[in-house]
Amino acid sequence: MICIVDYGVGNIQSFLNLFKRLGVEARRADTPDILPYADRLVLPGVGHFDHAMQRLNDSGMRPKLEELVLGAQVPVIGICVGMQMLANGSDEGNLPGLNWVPGRVRAFANQHQSSNLPMPHMGWNELQPRVGSRLFSKGFEDAPQFYFLHSYFFDAQDKQDVAATACYGFDFDAAVSRGHIHGVQCHPEKSHHWGEQLLKNFVEL
Amino acid sequence: MLRPRIIPCLLVHQGGLVKTQGFKDPKYVGDPINAVRIFNEKEADELMVLDIDATVKKVEPDFGLIAKLAAECRMPLCYGGGITTAKQAARIVDMGVEKVAVSATAITNPAILPEMAAAVGRQSVVAVIDVRSRRGPFAKGYEVCTHNGKTIHKHDPVALAKQLQDAGAGEIVVNSIDRDGFMQGYDLDLASQFKQALKVPVTFLGGAGALDHLGDLLSKLGVVGAAAGSLFVFKGKYRAVLINYPTPEQKVKLCREALRY
Repeated sequence: MICIVDYGVGNIQSFLNLFKRLGVEARRADTPDILPYADRLVLPGVGHFDHAMQRLNDSGMRPKLEELVLGAQVPVIGICVGMQMLANGSDEGNLPGLNWVPGRVRAFANQHQSSNLPMPHMGWNELQPRVGSRLFSKGFEDAPQFYFLHSYFFDAQDKQDVAATACYGFDFDAAVSRGHIHGVQCHPEKSHHWGEQLLKNFVEL
Repeated sequence: MLRPRIIPCLLVHQGGLVKTQGFKDPKYVGDPINAVRIFNEKEADELMVLDIDATVKKVEPDFGLIAKLAAECRMPLCYGGGITTAKQAARIVDMGVEKVAVSATAITNPAILPEMAAAVGRQSVVAVIDVRSRRGPFAKGYEVCTHNGKTIHKHDPVALAKQLQDAGAGEIVVNSIDRDGFMQGYDLDLASQFKQALKVPVTFLGGAGALDHLGDLLSKLGVVGAAAGSLFVFKGKYRAVLINYPTPEQKVKLCREALRY
């Protein structure tokens, strides 16, 4: 079973809908006692980094999540701000991140290659999966298009962790995979057949 | 490379979908949920749904309808109509809507925008500006309207757009009342004034009647949102109701030719 971590931030229902279409059992987890039933975890997130971290910290689910992800090695995928939360911290806020994938979240506005582009980076952009990435191992032969909506990006410390990049003024780390911990900046739940394929690959990892 | 967004815009009136002309004469075009399903199948880039009754009637957003739309919608969704508080915006985003659009509320009280941005993130706050040519024998330029064109505001439209951007809007939608429903093409001069002045993404609505009109907008302004109502709900010169959307191949061709890449 897939658990969508519902700490009050993000689009739980659209993930439930998508997994239903894929024929995969998924449910919303808003208390720690449901989490141990999960064999996969989805960590969504939208909005401000500190707001999302604070809500997760307040949800009472963080210790159990850490036990499952870091102890029991349950595969997890962070989506959008959920991906950013995997980092050590973000230029958007002051709270520390989960620190599951070494890296820092930075502002496009502070990068000279992107500082003159419209902000947020919003719309459909092409993902360039890294050769050998398991998240993109099936169904991504053509140039995959994904929906993005963000002003900050994940900058992985260890570039071995990068699973895909996208270009907005420069190539940024749009997906990361570190062992069983994954993150994507784009919104697979709103990216039509490409998004379905990505989550299908995650389920089948 | 970031692609331009081609966005069907659906108007909700008395529970059904309608299409107007010059913000008048709503013509019934179908059921909202059914339309969302069709645009899912056609893999539309994004969908904008505007309730044109709520602000005028001073009622709050129809959360029941929004929940149904959000559950059905497999593409990014922007919802507008009747939103007056940051709390309502947060409730809509929590239902699974990516972006919340405000117009009358933001224009009369721009302080709502930073509140909304704090609640849902700036990227999810959209300000819609309805624009019309000034009327009268010596009138020049454009005016800003709300309440389906019935309330006129004194702001300069482009200055207002900048003000709303600076206050916390993550996207500006410019809607031409003069062009609405006439399918004769976008007001490109008006559009370019906004595009040049703004740093946030901009979307234009009003006037598209053929894919070539989208191409005209994109070749003039580059990567912007091209929204349309009539184009995606009518077919042929008699405006027969038929929900349609360019195929992926048509979309790629259109963007390639307009942006010359």
